[in-house]
Amino acid sequence: MRASVLSLAFLAAGLLSACAPAAPDRGGIHDPYEPVNRRVHAFNRGLDAHVVKPLGGGLAGGQGGGGIGGHAVQALGNFGSNLGQPGRVVNHLLQGRPGPAARGTLRFLVNTTVGLAGFLDPAASDFALPEEDTDFGQTLARWGVGEGAYLELPLVGPSTGRDVLGRVVDLAIDPMRGWLNRDQYLIGMGARLASKASERGRFGDSVDSILHESADSYAQTRLIWLQHRRHELGEEGEYIDPYAE
Amino acid sequence: MTLMPNDTRRGFLGLIGAGLAAAARPAWALDTGQARALIEKSLAEVYAVINSGQPAAQMYRAFEAIFARHADVEIIARSALGPAARQAGAAEFAAYRQAFQGYIGRKYGKRFREFIGSKIEVTGAKPVKSFFAVTSVAYLKGRSPMEVEWHVSDKSGESRYFNIIIEGVNMLASERAEIGAMLARHKGDLAALTADLQQAG
Repeated sequence: MRASVLSLAFLAAGLLSACAPAAPDRGGIHDPYEPVNRRVHAFNRGLDAHVVKPLGGGLAGGQGGGGIGGHAVQALGNFGSNLGQPGRVVNHLLQGRPGPAARGTLRFLVNTTVGLAGFLDPAASDFALPEEDTDFGQTLARWGVGEGAYLELPLVGPSTGRDVLGRVVDLAIDPMRGWLNRDQYLIGMGARLASKASERGRFGDSVDSILHESADSYAQTRLIWLQHRRHELGEEGEYIDPYAE
Repeated sequence: MTLMPNDTRRGFLGLIGAGLAAAARPAWALDTGQARALIEKSLAEVYAVINSGQPAAQMYRAFEAIFARHADVEIIARSALGPAARQAGAAEFAAYRQAFQGYIGRKYGKRFREFIGSKIEVTGAKPVKSFFAVTSVAYLKGRSPMEVEWHVSDKSGESRYFNIIIEGVNMLASERAEIGAMLARHKGDLAALTADLQQAG
């Protein structure tokens, strides 16, 4: 246990030091590990074409209608998302945002009870409490930690130094780990993964166009992911004014 | 209620200011209402095509025509090409621009199925730098609402949009990367890129 905490601390320190120097100007791309990232990207792309895409298409039902069906997938996604809710509340508190933290708590209570352990989402449909997503990566951004290097991780996909650290900390601080036993926790993680795979089915056209039809799918993925993430975190770059160039 | 001298002065200065602003504006100058109207008109035309149920290939041509009518294709194509646009000859650039327009119509047109049964509501318009940002929200089936921002300028002589930003993802930046990668693949040969674009999308 002590060894794992120690190695976590080392990893954190390493990632933070990777975050700190050479903070790119807003809107810029800081990608010192591009050669490695490109190799991982090629791997992820192959995985998507041969495993995730067929699986995701089946889960989402696809146009052929042979999948498990939209409602079951939606329920599974709700279930996984509900299990992630306490972690989001912790992050909202760490970010000094009591409003979303309180709404998230209510949301969790409503969906866990009236929503039948989270398979339904009456909090959003009947109580006007939609999901307000957040994570420890956002908490770090709020605390002023720089974005760090762009990283493409095997299986997980695009990330940054700051977001990798965020993911590790999110696992460590997730209150669900204390409330569920190991098997329950693993089932919950499985549900979250399955709902991700079904998203691949729903957003299939977007993913195909970026991953399999771009001239340089690595560069497109990097650009689009970073822009979207920065938008979520309120760290967007300058407007482009092509008339001024 | 009597008018305080202070208010009168402010009102009077405000009037002069408004007069000066009006005088300084060129005849076609854009305001938030016009920028907003342009986007609403473009969207209505796009949805009319989506709901027409015509064959996909015809739809792509219709989308291309709408894009050519309401977007500043010249500046978008130029900006996507980057520094190479300055070295290109006029005829060579015109051929590229034409191919680019068709490529955009097909590439974005292909996604029309995601928009069946959806709606996009224009929510506002505000001046930004030397142009206008029109904000809208897209409600697509099975997705959370998405913020879509349109940048509109009249620098071409007509009010046209030159960029679309969906949840932070910038179309102009994305096409710069894409066209840049295609040009690099052809070792900077614009004619080869143009031939490629005629097939792409």
